[in-house]
Amino acid sequence: MANDSVGRTFGVALGVCLVCSVLVSAAAVSLRPTQAVNKTLDKKRNILMAAGLLKSGEIASGERIDELYRNINTRVVDLATGEYVDGVDPIEYDQRRAAKDPAQSEVVPDDVDIANVKRRALHASVYLVSQKGKIKKVILPVHGLGLWSTLYGFVALDARDLNTIRGLVYYEHAETPGLGGEVDNPSWKALWDGKKAFDESGAVRIEVIRGKVVQGRPETQYQVDGLSGATITSRGVRDMLRYWLGAESFGPYLAKLKERGVS
Amino acid sequence: MADKPRDVLFSPLFDSNPIALLSLGICSALAVTTKLETTVTMCWAVIFVLCCSNMAVSVIRNYIPANIRIIVQMTIIASLVIIVDQFLRAYAFDISKQLSVFVGLIITNCIIMGRAEAFASQNGPGLSFLDGLGNALGYSVILLVVGILRELFGSGSLFGVPMFALAAEGGWYAPNGLMLLPPSAFFIIGLFIWVLRTWKPKQVEKE
Repeated sequence: MANDSVGRTFGVALGVCLVCSVLVSAAAVSLRPTQAVNKTLDKKRNILMAAGLLKSGEIASGERIDELYRNINTRVVDLATGEYVDGVDPIEYDQRRAAKDPAQSEVVPDDVDIANVKRRALHASVYLVSQKGKIKKVILPVHGLGLWSTLYGFVALDARDLNTIRGLVYYEHAETPGLGGEVDNPSWKALWDGKKAFDESGAVRIEVIRGKVVQGRPETQYQVDGLSGATITSRGVRDMLRYWLGAESFGPYLAKLKERGVS
Repeated sequence: MADKPRDVLFSPLFDSNPIALLSLGICSALAVTTKLETTVTMCWAVIFVLCCSNMAVSVIRNYIPANIRIIVQMTIIASLVIIVDQFLRAYAFDISKQLSVFVGLIITNCIIMGRAEAFASQNGPGLSFLDGLGNALGYSVILLVVGILRELFGSGSLFGVPMFALAAEGGWYAPNGLMLLPPSAFFIIGLFIWVLRTWKPKQVEKE
């Protein structure tokens, strides 16, 4: 059969590849701007949700998100010293891209890497939420490994004590829909409001337990219900909070804030 | 074999349903059916990919060398899936976030490859299109049935709109957590096959 000759085989393979690659790249390139806008809006929306300025599930237009976002001041922090970094444009700074760049990141040693972060950017973005001219909340980015994927999100701390959690949202993950994916469930997210991240000694105590939290015990204030059927995702959430709030990462920054007041 | 356009289009709905009779494509039926919103999006994605891949394979069926035909089919299917994924990310960002890897996994959905190999490589583009549409609809029927049951009994809502007053919010319905776990989709598909084979005894395998 002529169809099976070597030349024909190469010809058909080449032709199919050419046509397919043109179609795929055309779709990817032409849709990229829309996707990028979606991504930025989604990140802002999630920061706003962690800030409590936007209700979860609320549908807001791009303009409204940009308007609400004016209440948020983005800063860049040096994780090692806990000081703000000048000379980096906080709006342009992309912590996730920096984490991949050897010059702007460092390897997290295995023994402290409970959240499986592997590489971490030297500088981190933080978001200060103001209401009526006063800073109310400090929002910190967190990420870590769940079951299938790395979860990226934000945790909001009350600016008064830098201990009370005001919200936890994830803007990117690939956990199983219906199980680990329930980190997006509004009623689960609502459980975080008012929980304490640190105990009296200053150690990170917050945890996601198996099953439901028993009310009225001393440890209730540090505990959040586990996601049923998603033990590993729940553990991932706990570990990433322990890592990012701990001494190895945002610890120095939070200590500085406590020392000289939130600004 | 059913070669009349009508049969090609409608027989995969119940008579030779790809999930119920051939047991193909079950993986995604378990994964995306906890909510109707994601289920419906997944159905549209599969309808698009299956129709287009069947047509494309059929158009070039006489030129594909037999020894690389599977690779050629895979390339076509994979490209279509990537295009769908890109569109979802641009225009249905929230849903695409929930579907995450499962859109990409349409590439490995056996129904699509199976129809390309079994039907499209032997029939004309028009018939292949109908066959693709029919099979995708057959897949969708099952997904929708499973999706409706799982969201209704697992979350007490349909399309995110509350149907039952939940016990957690002071109502009467305590959601069945099992419905949100993958095994429940197995049970529902099993029951569906049971009902289907009682209705159409011809589908029962002879012992």
